[in-house]
Amino acid sequence: MTASDSNMRQQVLVLYLQTSSLDSPVVAWSQYDGTTEKLFMAGDSDEPPYTTGLHALKQGWRLFQASQLNPHNAGDEFQTAYLKYEFFFEKWVPQQ
Amino acid sequence: MNMALNNTQMATFAARGFLRFDAVVADEINQQFLNDIGDASPQPDTVKGHYANIMRSSVVPLVSPGVKLSQAYPPSSALNRLIQVPQVKGAISSLVGADPALDHHFLHIAFPPSYWPEDAPAQRSQHTHQDSTIDPRAAFDIQLFYFPHDVTANMGGTRFIPGSQYRRVSEAAIARYQNIKGQQHVVCTAGTVIIFHMGLWHGGGLNKSDQLRYMFKIRLCPSERQVQLWDMNETEHAQSSRPIFWTDGSNQPDNLHAILTNPEPWYEADTGRLEYINRVKFWRYISGDKNFDADYWLTRIENDYV
Repeated sequence: MTASDSNMRQQVLVLYLQTSSLDSPVVAWSQYDGTTEKLFMAGDSDEPPYTTGLHALKQGWRLFQASQLNPHNAGDEFQTAYLKYEFFFEKWVPQQ
Repeated sequence: MNMALNNTQMATFAARGFLRFDAVVADEINQQFLNDIGDASPQPDTVKGHYANIMRSSVVPLVSPGVKLSQAYPPSSALNRLIQVPQVKGAISSLVGADPALDHHFLHIAFPPSYWPEDAPAQRSQHTHQDSTIDPRAAFDIQLFYFPHDVTANMGGTRFIPGSQYRRVSEAAIARYQNIKGQQHVVCTAGTVIIFHMGLWHGGGLNKSDQLRYMFKIRLCPSERQVQLWDMNETEHAQSSRPIFWTDGSNQPDNLHAILTNPEPWYEADTGRLEYINRVKFWRYISGDKNFDADYWLTRIENDYV
């Protein structure tokens, strides 16, 4: 089963964790599903689908991107902005 | 009567970025407001048609940005009566002064499924966003969210993320975040007002009911330096530092330091501490006390010798 198979579609899971460690708790999450017409959207669930990033791995999700750890610019050390520990996972499944 | 905010309310605003006043507006005012905006549609309309009709027929005034709030609404209008509700008036004056400027107002409508054409793309909730644009000021605006009728869970009340107000992001750049632990969805009775710090992340929910959902938003800007505008209790403000980390385990939820260092469930382990620092900086700004601290978070890193 490869990503180049034209019958395959991608499911994407994005988990935001409490630390940079993949086994730390999930604090935010998003899902996008290319296999069905089902829409995931903002505010559609109040409990995360997995407890940690490692939990998602054990359920068959493949990690393909993780946010970098960047140094803090002088004078801007305390400014918070975007969620910091972002992990992208995927599954490739046959089109339904 | 003007009911200024107390220390606990102000600290809660500093920590969580919002204050909620349930059913604070009288039913008579709510009904007047709904009548003013033309609530009763005789039959289902389209989304575009309803907005065009309501803007044409509504008595909500057209107000240019920067007009003083005291000059924005006719005296007997529902909107003027809304901002005269003692709890609302007290909160406004405590946060942005006695006569702030009106930035803009808008009637947000969440339409039920019957208003959308059958061939329309599937409806979805509004992406989470921060209003306006990147705003690096120390001063802050507030936004009144007024819910003139009951809002049930399936009506898709406004969703918001407590404690997100100090995150400096660019409007809908955060749309990627669908769900955040601790997010709240407004379910309320008629006449509820929630006041947001301008930076609070939020978005409209999907209306799955068979009724229109209205929310009227008013953004207000300070027209004076925001210092000691609330009913500041000096004794509480000046309370001595409490032991940290190694403590007797007692829980004092109303303690000013406790409120300012209470984390939200979505904070990262490290940035949660930065949020405490941001809250202390905010408290220093509104109190005018440049030495204020909570649980030593700023004092520790200011103890420098150069």
